[in-house]
Amino acid sequence: MSVLVFVDHTQGSFKKKAFETVNYAAETAKRIGGGDVTAVVLGTVSNEEINQLGQYGATKVLHLNDARFDNFSARAYAKAIAAGVQQAGAKVVIVSYNVSGKAVAGILAAQLKAGLVSGAVDYPQTDNGFVVKKTVFSGKAFAHVKITSDVKIIALVPNTFAPKKGEGAAAAEALNVSLSDADFGITKVAEDVVKGEIPLSEAELVVSGGRGLKGPENWGILEDLGKAFGATLACSRPVADAHWRPHHEHVGQTGGTIRPNLYVAVGISGAIQHLAGVNSSKTIVVINKDPEAPFFKAADYGVVGDAFEVLPKLTEAVNKFKAAHN
Amino acid sequence: MKILVCIAQAPDTTAKIAFTDNNTKFNEQGVTYIINPYDEWYALVRALELKETGVASEVHLVTVGNAGAEAVMRKALALGGDQAFRINTESHDTFVVASEIAAFAKDKGYDLVLAGKESIDYNNASVGATIAGVLDHNFIGFATSLDVAGTTATVKREIEGGEETDTATLPLVISCQKGMAEARIPNMRGIMAARTKPLNVVEPTAVAALTEIVAYDLPPAKTGVKLFTVDQMDELVEALHSQAKVI
Ligand SMILES: Cc1cc2nc3c(=O)[nH]c(=O)nc-3n(C[C@H](O)[C@H](O)[C@H](O)COP(=O)(O)OP(=O)(O)OC[C@H]3O[C@@H](n4cnc5c(N)ncnc54)[C@H](O)[C@@H]3O)c2cc1C
Ligand SMILES: Nc1ncnc2c1ncn2[C@@H]1O[C@H](COP(=O)(O)O)[C@@H](O)[C@H]1O
Repeated sequence: MSVLVFVDHTQGSFKKKAFETVNYAAETAKRIGGGDVTAVVLGTVSNEEINQLGQYGATKVLHLNDARFDNFSARAYAKAIAAGVQQAGAKVVIVSYNVSGKAVAGILAAQLKAGLVSGAVDYPQTDNGFVVKKTVFSGKAFAHVKITSDVKIIALVPNTFAPKKGEGAAAAEALNVSLSDADFGITKVAEDVVKGEIPLSEAELVVSGGRGLKGPENWGILEDLGKAFGATLACSRPVADAHWRPHHEHVGQTGGTIRPNLYVAVGISGAIQHLAGVNSSKTIVVINKDPEAPFFKAADYGVVGDAFEVLPKLTEAVNKFKAAHN
Repeated sequence: MKILVCIAQAPDTTAKIAFTDNNTKFNEQGVTYIINPYDEWYALVRALELKETGVASEVHLVTVGNAGAEAVMRKALALGGDQAFRINTESHDTFVVASEIAAFAKDKGYDLVLAGKESIDYNNASVGATIAGVLDHNFIGFATSLDVAGTTATVKREIEGGEETDTATLPLVISCQKGMAEARIPNMRGIMAARTKPLNVVEPTAVAALTEIVAYDLPPAKTGVKLFTVDQMDELVEALHSQAKVI
């Protein structure tokens, strides 16, 4: 059975998550009996960049080199991908569970009358139908969802598998679809990107601060630790609500949901709504002066102590470690 | 301009998550249901603000659910909104929920359909987009602000690592999140008014589900926290390296 994967890019370059979805598509194809792994790429991307997809398991690339796709318009994207599904005869469609993947997956589900598992955290099981495991209840449980339609869509949670680079090469092919300008109904008028930082949804290492840090003027010591680790910063909701930190850093049930390898929580009590956004992190370190803070129950490692004393020491230790291991 | 707001009910965030029937059903015992926070604080409140400022003429609420969902719809009506509709079927399949809402909305001339970015129980983050797909409307996901002038909407939406501002012509489907509006608490007048507002029951078109939950399970419990003192930071870093293997 042929598998198709939508590969998202940022201004012409692929991120780790893109390679992860291609890898996942290749492994899925293998598990369902082999077949083509077709990657769909929309918009301006160099051939050099596209050639990498073969190394992660794509056997074919359908590239629509049309600058109208350089801005994300969910409807146009979904229509183009649906055309790719037809062209490739694909039965399984893979996207990333990120802002563009989720939007595209939902529209595709309608267009292809396809069952969708959004938020998948494992490969499909095929011994009893086609069953995919996904997170539910904001990371507090998993559901195993059987897809019964002919075409199936999976949105994979980023950072679930580490992408592995191999040897393969993919054959490029043009994607045949004609879209009217009306399909591109969204006009971008401004963009405000935080430069130079790895976005939270992709970060492998995250350092996060809560109300225990007392005020925005104290964030320097957290930033220092973040720099030492090479981590992205996050915060609890009251911190964003008080405008100590920008909104996009807020994680939890009403903020972002993240799944880094390491989450360091400093001066955060560990309320259930906060945990909802972070408890899929692989390793959690909690620094809190209160030994009874609920967060310690969800932690792998902990330091009971005053953040203002612990952070500089931890930063120093990380820097020392980095110096010794480079 | 007419707005339709999609309201899902969800277990209160502090609810204990457990399963029955050999781990095939969510255990509802002792669980209280709330309006899915994204639907309430962002989609609904922003729709009400647009009505209060004269931009919208009518705000309707819709849910796909059985009679048990009516309590939550009354709560939503207490915040505001002119009428509520309950499509009388229960499903956790994105295609079913979205197809039912789309079939209901199709000929009613809604200029905007607002959904939450994600339900906090099933976390699909897809119903809004699927409604747009069925209706063949444009869709903007993960919006953090929304304004409408004439037939043009200006929407800020989350992108990886930042925000982007878009414009689009109505009709439009939008999924809403933090930033769009501030949470409100219903007042006594709203609660009283909600009692007499129509809560219409609509029969479903009986779309077939394309997915089915076969089992649930819980993540393995943490084995317990390993504590370090302030003077053991080198040891902590070493553990992150050699045990946890994250650095
Ligand atoms: C429906 C709903 C949704 C919500 N959504 C979210 C969400 O998405 N994200 C979120 O974060 N919250 C959310 N909340 C709020 C949540 O319930 C908590 O109130 C919030 O997470 C608490 O933030 P905090 O841990 O930073 O602050 P606090 O609870 O005030 O905790 C501060 C912690 O810092 C410790 N501390 C104090 N001083 C020091 C020091 N010098 N050194 C070390 N530690 C110190 C204290 O012991 C304490 O544990 C939501 C709430 C509701 C009702
Ligand atoms: N049963 C339902 N009835 C009405 N709206 C729903 C229902 N389920 C989901 N929605 C809407 O779709 C949004 C996203 O839900 P989901 O795709 O399930 O994560 C929610 O925030 C609601 O606005």
